[in-house]
Amino acid sequence: MVQKLRDHMWAYLFILVPVLLFLVFTLYPIISAFMMSFQRYHVLNPEWIGFDNYKTMFADSVFYKSLWNTFLFTVCTVPVNIAITFMLAYFIFQLRSKWQTFFKAVMYLPAVASGVTISLVWFAMFDPTKDGMINSFLGFFGMEPVMWLSQTSTALFSLMLMTYLGSHGAGIILYLAAMGGIPKSLYEAADIDHASGWAKFSKITWPLLKPTTLYLLVTGVIISFQVFISVYMMTQGGPDFATTTIAYLIYQTAFMFYEFGLASAQSFVLTAIIVVVSIIQFKMFATDIEY
Amino acid sequence: MQSKGKIAVLGVSITMLVMWGIITIIPLYWMIIGSFQDSYADASMKISMWPEVWSFEPFSRFFDKTMAWRWLLNSLIVSSILTVTNVFFASLAGYAFAKLHFPGRNAIFWILLMTMMIPTQVTLIPLYILVIDVFNLKDSYMGLILPSIVSVGNIFLMKQYMSTLPTSLIHAARIDACSEFGIFYKIILPMAKPGLSVLAIFSFVFHWNDFFWPLLVTESEAMRTIQVGLAGFKFADTTDFGAIMAGATVASLPMIILFFALQRYFLQGITIGAVKG
Repeated sequence: MVQKLRDHMWAYLFILVPVLLFLVFTLYPIISAFMMSFQRYHVLNPEWIGFDNYKTMFADSVFYKSLWNTFLFTVCTVPVNIAITFMLAYFIFQLRSKWQTFFKAVMYLPAVASGVTISLVWFAMFDPTKDGMINSFLGFFGMEPVMWLSQTSTALFSLMLMTYLGSHGAGIILYLAAMGGIPKSLYEAADIDHASGWAKFSKITWPLLKPTTLYLLVTGVIISFQVFISVYMMTQGGPDFATTTIAYLIYQTAFMFYEFGLASAQSFVLTAIIVVVSIIQFKMFATDIEY
Repeated sequence: MQSKGKIAVLGVSITMLVMWGIITIIPLYWMIIGSFQDSYADASMKISMWPEVWSFEPFSRFFDKTMAWRWLLNSLIVSSILTVTNVFFASLAGYAFAKLHFPGRNAIFWILLMTMMIPTQVTLIPLYILVIDVFNLKDSYMGLILPSIVSVGNIFLMKQYMSTLPTSLIHAARIDACSEFGIFYKIILPMAKPGLSVLAIFSFVFHWNDFFWPLLVTESEAMRTIQVGLAGFKFADTTDFGAIMAGATVASLPMIILFFALQRYFLQGITIGAVKG
């Protein structure tokens, strides 16, 4: 009994610092943000204003615009990027292990550069003059220069393009690990039955990789719902709110207009969306796979 | 027939991989090449794929106009400290959650885990008020470090990893009257080395590249991290593409070198805790 108590004491000691930090720097802020969303913030005496922040928020057309942009960005990037990731992993899987490592490294490399540097490089590549890198590439095929970031019709697409052509390395590595875990005997059995390549893919490979796909889908959606750095660095939400995402709107509301209460209300809408969408994905996609 | 099909698949695979590999690398290549071209001097913003004249001018302009050395030092200090604290506290707590039994273990762990779904935007404002107004830590190393000493994500990762280690050694040590911290320090830590190295590397890269919190908590040029300083430089001097590319190269080169030096850890480390989690 005494021994047991001593074990427990140590265990609590081991988690003490992380738990204290969690209480102060995560849990308290969450609760505080929730209260703040019903207040007009002031350092000394915040004023309770009921649902006014939420009313203001739902009356603001930019708020809806930002939700739409975020939705569009997520729907147009996450599935496409998962498809690209899957294809690349599938191609790499065909190679010998030495070349697998080589291509994994190449595909992963840009992920070690920060969001700030990547955004700066793309900002320069999207240069709207005919000498800009992408425009001169298009010019090579006789196409007119495009004002990528400075016109409403292409600004959000430019940010999407950046993710398509960015690093898919982490996802590729996860897919490859999962592909390596599929028993060879399944394919051999399929060969005996003269199964087509497509049948093997749709009946064996794809279903068995579902857990990885689900993982990439859920994390991908959560990340893209919070897209911020590329917007901040490249477009500042413009032109004409064409790239104002919900995360950027929250930043603006909080740290440019100092409307802390309103920003908190916006952030809880974002939370609610993320939680609901994550649950839906689990429900739709999750299947127990045994092999 | 079968082998012909296989060769075709291999051919398509290699072609696609080479093409996509080039596409993936081009931005980084262009960043580095761009920083050796003095586009500012001849007033055209044009950066070519191969410089006609190699120039170090963009680098010297970047370092002359900014406090870049100080920013690099700040980033190094902050990332190093946060790497050590994250590895230490995450492995300690991860071990407790994975291997020790104590009342409330699962409840505490689930509360931690559930908050991971809450986006950073929610906690940012109260955190800002707390650190800036209550603790008075604006523009200080302490302010940069304090909220990130150990992340829930890292604790989760270490819990997953620690639970794969054999329990028998722990029991043996306990019979030998080793103290619980002694067990952790002398037995668990050496066994967990590969996992800890991966966590250390990813923590360092993450904090070196971190942007949002350092942006909010720093105010003076002297306290900026390299990422925040570089972003500020872009907004102050948008026309000097060469110097901006030089700055981007300076900010990312340490991580690129780290990647090549520790490639194995980067490429294998991703799978820790992620698959079948």
